[in-house]
Amino acid sequence: MAKHQTPLLDQLETGPWPSFVSDIKQEAAHRAANPDGVDYQIPVDCPSDLLGVLELSFKDKETHWKHGGIVGVFGYGGGVIGRYCDQPEMFPGVAHFHTVRLAQPSGKYYTADYLRGIMDIWDLRGSGLTNMHGSTGDIVLLGTTTPQLEEIFFDVTHKMNTDLGGSGGNLRTPADCLGQSRCEFACYDTQDLCHTLTNDYQDELHRPAFPYKFKFKFDGCPNGCVASIARSDFSVIGTWKSDIRIDQDRVKAYVAGEFKPGGGSHAGRDWGKFDIVKEVVDRCPTGCMSYDGAKLSIDNANCTRCMHCINTMPAAVKIGEETGASILLGAKAPILDGAQMSSLLVPFVVVEKPYDEIKEVIENIWDWWMEEGKNRERVGETMKRLSFQKLLEVTNIKAMPQHVKEPRSNPYIFFKEEEVPGGFEHDEAAYRQRHMR
Amino acid sequence: MPSEKEQVLEFLTGKTGKSKFYFSDFCKIFPDKKQREVKKVLTELVNEGKLEFWSSGSTTMYGMTGAGKQKAEED
Ligand code: SF4
Ligand code: SF4
Repeated sequence: MAKHQTPLLDQLETGPWPSFVSDIKQEAAHRAANPDGVDYQIPVDCPSDLLGVLELSFKDKETHWKHGGIVGVFGYGGGVIGRYCDQPEMFPGVAHFHTVRLAQPSGKYYTADYLRGIMDIWDLRGSGLTNMHGSTGDIVLLGTTTPQLEEIFFDVTHKMNTDLGGSGGNLRTPADCLGQSRCEFACYDTQDLCHTLTNDYQDELHRPAFPYKFKFKFDGCPNGCVASIARSDFSVIGTWKSDIRIDQDRVKAYVAGEFKPGGGSHAGRDWGKFDIVKEVVDRCPTGCMSYDGAKLSIDNANCTRCMHCINTMPAAVKIGEETGASILLGAKAPILDGAQMSSLLVPFVVVEKPYDEIKEVIENIWDWWMEEGKNRERVGETMKRLSFQKLLEVTNIKAMPQHVKEPRSNPYIFFKEEEVPGGFEHDEAAYRQRHMR
Repeated sequence: MPSEKEQVLEFLTGKTGKSKFYFSDFCKIFPDKKQREVKKVLTELVNEGKLEFWSSGSTTMYGMTGAGKQKAEED
């Protein structure tokens, strides 16, 4: 028998998709039965009360959570988000319901043993409910009490060799796509870069001193599997400089139907025979491809590396050999001024250990943003407020055509007087002799 | 001349009405210092247990350990 009646939540279970309500009910039943004899350190009916308070919020159309607090582990400024229920008498199981963020492994590779280890800790000391993964990428453990925090921290660091993730005004847990470990499109080793920067910037991750949050994300190629361009302040996206490699025999094999386009994806219905002109050449966003019936050609200077041809015919068309990454800055969600994608800052950087070139860009940006950024201002907003040109100055990057987003509408690169031969001064009288008013 | 840590604590006790401060508020005590140096002072005070972090989840502030009304609710 459920502890609380939840008719509104029950309705959510009737849709076509798996429901989080069913998941929470399952955990509530599991904890009540306790088949493994766990010595639960927080109220057993925490998941039941979670359902109860959620039902009440649906009824009242108001949240019953209070947000924020001093909770955390000693010396860390992030990783734990305090949450309290404002109806603790009605729902004692969720009077405290703090979130713990753990840094996920690069590329999100787990062993079953590791996941069991995390769950053993979390069943004992938390609600047993998780969110795999939060938007930043963290392993999110949902719901525990203040006295359990140091215990959880001790256990995850000592038994699982796992650290807390980021929250608050600091570097958030960096996230990456699985990159070269499995993907032939990867233009650099995303996992190594992500792991290295996570270790190198521990202080920025755990001891907040930024105006607001700051996220790194690493995509191995423009397919953007971790959506760095939309979801990180500092987006590193793999790219290449040299020509796309084409195997003309295999192009013919695609045309002849020997290879399935798109690696066999979208096979749920019959799209007819593969048409290279319609499906690849005509879909190239810059129109830089052509196919004469026998040979596929690419005008590489006009390719924007959108990945479409490569995704469609991966066996025949491959990324260029000279690979690296582009760095973009300033994506954010729509709290102020609407959502914003990152803007291109460094068109091409070779991604090589020990990544000093990338770190230099990062640190110059941080120094500037910490000095000039307002409280609760993302770096993308600082960039907009103080101009992209200012950002170029503080990062010692020269303006180049790739920085111009919309030529002739608002090219936001301006010349300064000292950069112009002869300056801005001109002889008005002499000018007027040549040009009448 | 009081030490840097004393200056921070003085600032925190002198102010009335507020118990939590942004990092940038502390930078104003030391206008000639780089942020990284200010951060070192604060980190030491946190490690000594004199300051503590307060976080809403999205922003972080610093306050004297035990100050503010939040503390009472958490005990
Ligand atoms: S972003 Fe590119 S390299 Fe990374 S997994 Fe996706 S397709 Fe592969
Ligand atoms: S990657 Fe995109 S832009 Fe480049 S040739 Fe292929 S389809 Fe065209």
